[in-house]
This record gives sequence, C-alpha cells and structure tokens, in this order.
Amino acid sequence: MWRDAGLVAGKDLRIELRSRVVSTQVAPFAVLVLVLFAIALGPDPKPLLQAAPGLFWVSVLFASLVASQRSFAVESSEGARDGLRLWGLDPAGVFLGKVTALCTELLAIGLLLGAGIVLLYGARIHSYGELVVAAVAGIVGLASAGTLYGAMVSGLRVRETLLPLLLLPVVAPVALGGTRAWQGALASTQASSPGPWLQLLIIFAAVYLALGVVIFGPLQEAS
Amino acid sequence: MSRRATWALRVVGIAAVVSVAATVWLGLWITPPDKVQGNFVRLVYVHPALAWVSLYLAFGIAALGSVLWLWPRTRSPLWDRVAASAVEVGTVFTGLTIVTGSIWGRTTWGVWWAWDARLTSTALLFVLLLGYLALRRVPADYEARARRCAVAALIAAIDVPIVHFSVQWWNTLHQNATVLNSNLSPTIHGSMAWTLLLGFVSFTLVFVWMFAMRLRIEKLSDRAADFELEDAIHERWAEGTLEELGEEQGEEQKVEVRS
Repeated sequence: MWRDAGLVAGKDLRIELRSRVVSTQVAPFAVLVLVLFAIALGPDPKPLLQAAPGLFWVSVLFASLVASQRSFAVESSEGARDGLRLWGLDPAGVFLGKVTALCTELLAIGLLLGAGIVLLYGARIHSYGELVVAAVAGIVGLASAGTLYGAMVSGLRVRETLLPLLLLPVVAPVALGGTRAWQGALASTQASSPGPWLQLLIIFAAVYLALGVVIFGPLQEAS
Repeated sequence: MSRRATWALRVVGIAAVVSVAATVWLGLWITPPDKVQGNFVRLVYVHPALAWVSLYLAFGIAALGSVLWLWPRTRSPLWDRVAASAVEVGTVFTGLTIVTGSIWGRTTWGVWWAWDARLTSTALLFVLLLGYLALRRVPADYEARARRCAVAALIAAIDVPIVHFSVQWWNTLHQNATVLNSNLSPTIHGSMAWTLLLGFVSFTLVFVWMFAMRLRIEKLSDRAADFELEDAIHERWAEGTLEELGEEQGEEQKVEVRS
C-alpha cells in the first residue's frame, strides 16, 4: 500500500512539475480570491484584520476545490483512469498517493496565502506552532475529502458543478475549525483557546483518511 | 406489490391523516397558549416532530440502506431504492424543519435566521441531501449510480455528527431538548405534552407513508425502464428480421429475373 502510495504521489507531483497548472493557475486564483475579499470589504484595515483567518480558510477551500478537480482531470484523458486500475495498484495506496500529492500542492498554496494575509491584510502571527498544526491538519482533511469526492465525480459530465455542491458542505467543519484555531494563533485578532478546534481538525482528517482507505476501491469501480 | 402490502399502506395512510387531524385539533383548539410565546408556542407540536423525522429517521434509514447496499452479502437493488426514497422524503422534511424553525426564530429571537448551531447544521444537512439528489439524477448505469450514491450517503452520514458538534461549540442560541434532555425530565406538561407526543407519532406516520409510496414509485420506474429496454431490444430485433426478410426477398427477385 505505502509503495503504491509513493508511486502515485510521485507520478502526480511529476505531472504538476511539468505542466505547472497548480503554480500558474490554481495558486494565482487563490491569491486573487484574497484580493477580491479585500476589495469587497473595503480599504479599512480593521475589518480585514478581523476577518483574515476566515478569508484565509475560504481561499484554501476554493483552491482545494480546483486542485481536487485537477487531481482527477489528469486521469481523464487517454484512458489513464483505466490504466491506473489495470496496474493492479492497491486502491488504498492510490487514495493515499493522491492525498499526499494534493496535500503537498495545498500546503504550498497555504504558505503563499499565509504570506498574503500577513502582507496584504497586515496580520501578525502570535503562535507559529498552533498555526502550522492547524494548517497541516486542516489541509490533510480537505485533501482527503477532496480526493474522495473528486474520484466520485471524475467520470461525470457535470463534475464541475456537482463537486462544489457535494464537497463544500462536508468540509464546513474544516473552515470553522481552521478559522477558530487561526484566530487564536494570530495576535491581532481576539485570542481564544485553539485546543478544541485543533482536535476537531485532527479528528476530521483522521476520519476522512480512514474512510478513504476503506471505500476508495468501490469508488474507483463506480467511476 | 402484494395485496397485503397495499392494504398495510392504506392503513398507514389513513392513520397518518387521522393523527395529523387530531394533532391540528389539539394543537389549535384544545391546548392553551404559552405565557411568554403566546399562540406561537403551537409550533412546538410541528417543528420538533419534523426535525426528528428528517434528522434522525430519514437520515438513519438512508445511511442503513447505503451500508447494506455496499456490503456485498446484503447487496440488493432494494437497499439502493430504500436509501434514495428516504433521502428524497427526508429532504422535504428537512426543508419544512428549516422553515418552521425560521418562523419560530422570528418570534423568539426577533430574526428570521440566526447563526445558531442547530439551524446552521440543519442547513448544511439540507445542502448535503440536495447534493445526493443531484448525484442521483446524473445519468449512469444502475451499478455505478447505486455505488456512487451509497458512498455519498455514507460520507454525509459520517459528516453529520462532526458538523453538529463543531457548530455546537461554535455558537448556540437554540433551547435544550424539551422531552429528551440530559436530565430525562420533560419540561412540558398536561395536554401540551400529549399533543407534542401525538405530533411525533403523526409526522412519523406521514413519513412512513410517503417513504413507502416513494419506494413503490422507485420500484415501478425501475421496472418501466426495464420494459422500455426490452421493448427497444424487441423493436431492434424486429427491424433486423425485416431487414433480413427484405434481403432474402431481394435475392429471390434477382433469381427470378435471372431465370
């Protein structure tokens, strides 16, 4: 399983390094969302500073939506999806590989967006440890749920419109937990204990990773 | 559908109509208005019962049907139909739960919508159910559609407690449970308690009747699709036979012309 996961993750990341779709399209899109939020909320830095954690997580959510679609779009041409199944790889390994590649991409985007809220919104980081734990746990949860739903809609003609409807309500706890945890970690906002929210993010990530390992096989058969 | 099942369905339908009528009568004419909420308290006979049906009964049946379909030993088209029917009827009840909750919120909290834990989690559940129905409408062969929908229902079922507890920590304005509270001590008395109980029974019966009817329609539409396929195959066969006949006749004419 782990070997298969490594192979799939390596393949997906190599495709991204060569095609550069994530770095030239998904990442600029995420930064654009941050800029648009600033335009919508106005030039006053106070509301932007207050909303910074939430805006960061909503931007990550939108980026994960596009990246999840991209993760399975690379399998749609030239019968690559059938090829993936015919290799005889363990479905759990394929799932973990896809999640690893998606996590790597989203962490890079998260880093960019983190720099964005510091530079554009003037946010100051109070606790780096909590911030990083929340970001990693939240992104692992997003990538797991995104991979599951990406696989579910990959063969459908209406996947672009169906994926947001299916994925966004499911990942609402990540947006909530991530925002609350980051509010505690950013000094400029009202401090609250991020402990329970970090737990929520870790539980969400663990549940969806375990669920993906168990049900990715039947999902692959359906797509 | 067997004659006994049709008879049972009729009995459930009649019981549902009678119990809803009794709930309306008790709720509007017999029970007294509340000291604080006045006549708006009468929503208590409808709203919690709708919430019980949508959030627990319908979603529970949908999750169970999906698990039984995914489990290879129990896999049967029946479980796929059970899950789909429960979700469809459950969506109607969830919508009604949100609407009645919103009307109650306007009188109690002064706003149509508040970012309360239960309202938010119910709204997210409603969108999840709409997503399931959208997924089900996507044209696909039976096996792929059933598998996809079963997995979607299972993911949603696992997500419901996470959403519930996360928004519970986040913000709550909603009052605690009136009957099944943590002390197991009902905070409602007399005719109001009996009417509330009757509301639960009557809306459960309405759900059971609607669910059974939807299940029946689902089965009939599957059968109609099978018949349509069979008709199409027969039509194609008939066309093929006609073509062959035409070719044979053509050859016979050619032979006659040559002779």
